[in-house]
Amino acid sequence: MTAAFVAGADVPLKRRLKRSERARQLRALGLVMPLLAFLLFTFVIPLAGMIWKSVDDWEVPQVLPHTVAALEHWNGQGLPDEAAYAALAADMRAARDAGTLPVAAKRLNYVVNGFRTTLLSTARKLKEQPAPGTAKETLIGLTPAWGERESWTAIKSASGPVTSYYLLAAVDLTRNADGAIVSAPEDQAIYRDVFIRTFTIGIGVTVLCLVLGFPVAYLLANLPTGRSNLLMIFVLLPFWTSLLVRTCAWIVILQSEGIVNGSLQWLGVIDEPLRLIYNRFGVYMAMTHVLLPFMILPLYSVMRSISPAYMRAAASLGAPPTTAFWRIYLPQTIPGIGAGCLLVFILAIGYYITPALVGGAADQMISAFIAFYTTETVNWGLASALGAVLLLSTLVLATVYGKLALGRQTTGGLKN
Amino acid sequence: MDGGMIATTETLVRFTGVQKSYDGEHLVVKSLDLDIRKGEFLTLLGPSGSGKTTTLMMLAGFEVPTQGEIFLADRPIKNMPPHKRDIGMVFQNYALFPHLTIEENVAFPLSVRGVSKAEIKERVAAALDMIKLGNLANRRPGQLSGGQQQRVALARALVFNPALVLMDEPLGALDKRLREHMQLEIKRLHETMGLTVVYVTHDQGEALTMSDRIAVFNDGIVQQIDRPDALYERPVNSFVANFIGESNVLSGVVENIEQGWVRVALDTGGTVTALAVNIGGPGSRTSLSVRPERVAIETGDSGDTTMNRLPATLTDLIYLGDHTLAVLHTPGNPEFMVKLPAGAYAGLVPGQDVYIAFRPDDCRALDPV
Ligand SMILES: Nc1ncnc2c1ncn2[C@@H]1O[C@H](COP(=O)(O)OP(=O)(O)OP(=O)(O)O)[C@@H](O)[C@H]1O
Ligand SMILES: [Mg+2]
Repeated sequence: MTAAFVAGADVPLKRRLKRSERARQLRALGLVMPLLAFLLFTFVIPLAGMIWKSVDDWEVPQVLPHTVAALEHWNGQGLPDEAAYAALAADMRAARDAGTLPVAAKRLNYVVNGFRTTLLSTARKLKEQPAPGTAKETLIGLTPAWGERESWTAIKSASGPVTSYYLLAAVDLTRNADGAIVSAPEDQAIYRDVFIRTFTIGIGVTVLCLVLGFPVAYLLANLPTGRSNLLMIFVLLPFWTSLLVRTCAWIVILQSEGIVNGSLQWLGVIDEPLRLIYNRFGVYMAMTHVLLPFMILPLYSVMRSISPAYMRAAASLGAPPTTAFWRIYLPQTIPGIGAGCLLVFILAIGYYITPALVGGAADQMISAFIAFYTTETVNWGLASALGAVLLLSTLVLATVYGKLALGRQTTGGLKN
Repeated sequence: MDGGMIATTETLVRFTGVQKSYDGEHLVVKSLDLDIRKGEFLTLLGPSGSGKTTTLMMLAGFEVPTQGEIFLADRPIKNMPPHKRDIGMVFQNYALFPHLTIEENVAFPLSVRGVSKAEIKERVAAALDMIKLGNLANRRPGQLSGGQQQRVALARALVFNPALVLMDEPLGALDKRLREHMQLEIKRLHETMGLTVVYVTHDQGEALTMSDRIAVFNDGIVQQIDRPDALYERPVNSFVANFIGESNVLSGVVENIEQGWVRVALDTGGTVTALAVNIGGPGSRTSLSVRPERVAIETGDSGDTTMNRLPATLTDLIYLGDHTLAVLHTPGNPEFMVKLPAGAYAGLVPGQDVYIAFRPDDCRALDPV
């Protein structure tokens, strides 16, 4: 027995194990550090920024600071006191001079339709600060809306620092004047449908990719290397052209004067051109085509690692080919199926360009709305909230997948 | 060694004129005529690439013979798919299903045969008991050691009582101790269950200790098929003589043949009398094969004319504990080996001029190498 062993014997084994593991963990950490730093700046921080934007409520506190302070103790019943009116009048005039009023007006307009006009016209008409004690009647005199409780609850609800407004709106909910969560009015309640549509298309594309990709991956995995490499080039070919080009190619092929319709009409199969594009069919077609390699590649890599000895063993043990496939081969491809489906689904629900080009108005997915809010109306709050909901559902899926994959984790029985 | 009390003369498998080519250019199995008897332990032994696995695969149904026919219990099986052959197989890499537990692995052949749940449970338990792994039933193959995986593979191939069990180098990946243990285990199973086993190995020690009969493969042809002792004592050609055990080779030309004996003039002078086993007529070339333990070293002329005697120079003495290996320079073979029993080397020193002497019936005249 060595001296070192005896000396260490009083330290519990668990601790010694931990100590010896620590050096290894530190080295591993060192190796991934550059990537972690990169991800921090390009992924984590922007993501955190986006999530913050979905709850950030800065406009009203910044533009109407005195009003927000004055409303702090207002219980939301009846109209606020004279001091609040005076503060609002002072804030409006200051903001008008500073040119920041439209920012607050836009934010408040989300809560009460028409608030923009209320605020801007009052500010325009308010030539000077009302005399002490007359602010309330002056403002109501200029714009009767100031005599309504909803106007003041709107300001109070938007007085920050954080708001649930955008997140609620992203799932078709809103708060009424009493602050209770209720369904959004019908004409604004569109996002649940969009999310459902997004997930439906995502699932549809995933299933199509799996059904089409599985046999191809199987073929590739079981061909001699030379030929499978050649075929693999064909699988990867779509990656060599840009997404836009490929999508436009589908338009050329599927449109009513396109190749498919032309051929079918020439053959006499149809009289009228079929509507193959600018609808759901076109979306499924083009997205499946684009995403297929993401299904084939993980499936292929898993299938390649499944030794043909397993199928032989199954046959020698008396299993007919179909039984051997279902009970021996398929279960071993599940990690590949899981990874492929997860990859395709997550990519699919984020799709934007393809549905925009080959889908109809009723085929637009959530990304189109996010793009709309970021580029058209500059409603960062709602865009971020929609993004956050999408992210959350993706995370839930990834977690479920992780749990399932971990649950059935196996180490190979083949020892080479 | 002799499992003859189990092996019958009834033939279970018959290869007739089987040939196999993978590429359509050369034959991997050239001409295979082989009878496997019911209950015997037959080993296919041969150098790498000699067609052993191919033969096994044809029998299991994973390769189709290019020509010829294979009969299993007198039924031609060329067109019978593997899963209908009822042949248990232990693969070199075990091929245990990684996603199933040990229990499920062993239950697999029973469940695909539609055996009832209760019976499966019973038989799997018995099989796991047999390999003494009942306590690991719920582990996955990846959590077992090589030897344990090997035993599971064995149990899985035996649990459905197949008519025939094929094993392709099943012990190749194990260390020496475990290998010897498993050899005994397999042998025991063979004897207690009355199995017919076709076993492939590279290892001639393994082949000699385990087999009832050994088929020596080379170059796609069975060179000799015989009991282990016969194979060692009476090889029918130079390949077998050199492949199984140690053998000294002396080259020469046939002088005359008489009643099974042949006089051979060695290339480097001297004549030797040998058993005529596998030679052409007078004037043809031959290689004589003499086992090292069948040779004596004489320091003087004993005058015994029934022995072949050749002059030699002792070049080396290698002490190996239970015996001593003497290396001699003789006409026709500069590295002639003689195995001396322990203690018999007393008085010999390297550089000494001596005679080697061996009986004519320990010297076999075979095809020239
Ligand atoms: N699937 C195959 N396709 C083409 N050639 C093959 C194939 N399998 C085996 N061969 C060739 O057939 C010959 C015999 O192979 P086989 O596997 O039967 O040898 P073996 O006796 O089992 O050798 P080893 O002891 O190394 O396992 C070899 O030359 C090998 O290269
Ligand atoms: Mg082999």
